[in-house]
Amino acid sequence: MGDQLRLAEAPDVMNLFCVGISHHTAKVETRERYAGQRSEEALRVETGCAEALMLATCNRVEVYASAAASIATEQIARWLAREGTEAIENASAFYRYEGEECVRHLFRVAAGLDSMVIGETDILGQVKRAYAKARESRCVGSLLHRLFQRAFRVAKQVRTRTDITRGAVSVGSVAVDLAVKIFGDLRERKVLILGAGETSERTARALSSRGVTDIRVSNRSFERAESVAGLVRGRPVSFHEWTLQCREIDILISSTSADEPLLTPDVLSPLIRERSDRPLFIIDIAVPRDVAPEVNEMDGVFLYDIDSLQSIAAQSLALRREQIAAAEEIIAAHVSDFQTWLGRARDEPLPVTPRVLDEAALRASEL
Amino acid sequence: MDRPLLIASTLCYLAAVVRTLLAVRARVALHGRFNFFAIGAGFLSQTAFLSVRGHALGRCPLTNLFEVFVFLAWSVALIYLLVGPTYRLSLMGAFTAPLVFALQTFALLAPIDIPHPARLFANPWLEFHASISMIAYGVFALSCVAGVMYLVQERQLKTHQLRSIFYYLPPLTNLFGALTRLLWLGFALYTAGLISGFFTGGPLPRVKMICAFGVWLFYGAILQGRHLRWFAPKRVAALCVLAFTAAVSVLWAINFVSQRPPM
Repeated sequence: MGDQLRLAEAPDVMNLFCVGISHHTAKVETRERYAGQRSEEALRVETGCAEALMLATCNRVEVYASAAASIATEQIARWLAREGTEAIENASAFYRYEGEECVRHLFRVAAGLDSMVIGETDILGQVKRAYAKARESRCVGSLLHRLFQRAFRVAKQVRTRTDITRGAVSVGSVAVDLAVKIFGDLRERKVLILGAGETSERTARALSSRGVTDIRVSNRSFERAESVAGLVRGRPVSFHEWTLQCREIDILISSTSADEPLLTPDVLSPLIRERSDRPLFIIDIAVPRDVAPEVNEMDGVFLYDIDSLQSIAAQSLALRREQIAAAEEIIAAHVSDFQTWLGRARDEPLPVTPRVLDEAALRASEL
Repeated sequence: MDRPLLIASTLCYLAAVVRTLLAVRARVALHGRFNFFAIGAGFLSQTAFLSVRGHALGRCPLTNLFEVFVFLAWSVALIYLLVGPTYRLSLMGAFTAPLVFALQTFALLAPIDIPHPARLFANPWLEFHASISMIAYGVFALSCVAGVMYLVQERQLKTHQLRSIFYYLPPLTNLFGALTRLLWLGFALYTAGLISGFFTGGPLPRVKMICAFGVWLFYGAILQGRHLRWFAPKRVAALCVLAFTAAVSVLWAINFVSQRPPM
């Protein structure tokens, strides 16, 4: 069914292009001036494109469109600009890709290669939502439909055939990934936050999002412990009792402002004996450190301080960068394939089809 | 006549080994599925080999060291195919294939395919004893593989040096759970093998018995130590590797002794 779809307009004059602004070309202060929630339908009416799709995320605002006649970048930029923004001021921040380069750019975006954090996967969901929205407003025709369906396939292949998404690249997500590697399922795990700092709170939230329900918070100020416990749906624990908690907990996140280590092998040894071989994962994000480095030498204890977490994040990022070439190869193959399809669609006689495909035709042609 | 089947099987395992090495070297995603099918194909060829050899001998093909090694490799592959997917340990294939490949390559290259000096008659109890013991060895081999995987991961977690393979290893606690279950399964099968040895009818060779009980006691001690929490998981994993190395050495010694003509 897929190949029976034909371009709606005369193919030899159909122009596929992308105009946008992203973190590569502009700072957030500039990008936010173009992040207005305008409809693709309005864009089509104002510029005369045959198909249009707008992708707006925190890092980019892009318009993908096909048109019989060439549409100037400035015209798109003017349409994207919020009221009161002079589009011409930021003209140099806008980029434009046409034809094959547009196809390649979209595939790179969907696969996370153009993201600020290489290989991040949120972008694929954002591209899918943008596509669904444009489709709902009947602004997607056969060309953009095929292009985006192919982009989803490319993103999936890049994710499964390379290590581009492997490894966490932020302190919080590294901690969560390590917890999963040690414990597997986190739902039954018990977490103690010692010292209610902002990073501990964020890490606890990340663990909570992975199913942890038993979170205890201990702080010198019990009121502060209560307050943070409320934020992470945990329970406050008196600061005098925190060492005893080490018998029960699986993960300790420590970030107090103590000058000397609070947890040493001498303190932990008698408590570890009562833990029945359960591993203890300690995340020490305090500076100076709350946990003596010798604790990492103990059987079944895995200690990570802020430097080691940041180092792993950097390693993951380096690993992802090494995967770019493999991902580009996959993308190049799909770009070539897509261009072949496009050429074939242009060469063959076109059936009489509506300019915008109906829902059934779009579903049937999904790759 | 039957060796081409074994060579084909060995090539299948070699394919899995090469695929893993290439993936690790290129730092691209390791897919357990390829290894699973490569080991599956190798297993089918092994099974065909053992079947042809068994028909030729008129009994279970465990009459010399060559057949013992092939049967052991077959048991390892069988247990991997049964256990790997169940415990979501697909990466185990990446560790299992080299072990099976090494066993079969050794069997093919070493001059150990020597017909037994005495004509051996079919004895159901003896064949049951030998085959169940070999399958137990296969389970112990996989517990050794799980032990290596545990130690690799534990080491990387301790040193904070997370290599590419780290992301494909199962969680530490799940891996240790699988290792413990493999130990119990292997121990139960080995115990059944030992008990059935008493029903074989012939005189029981003293050296064989001492060695076999030594292996049984070693694994029993690991399980008891684990049960009483004497050994930390890391020690259990290391002991599994040590125990299997010792068990294979004993297996070699037993077969070497039993093939020597009586003095």
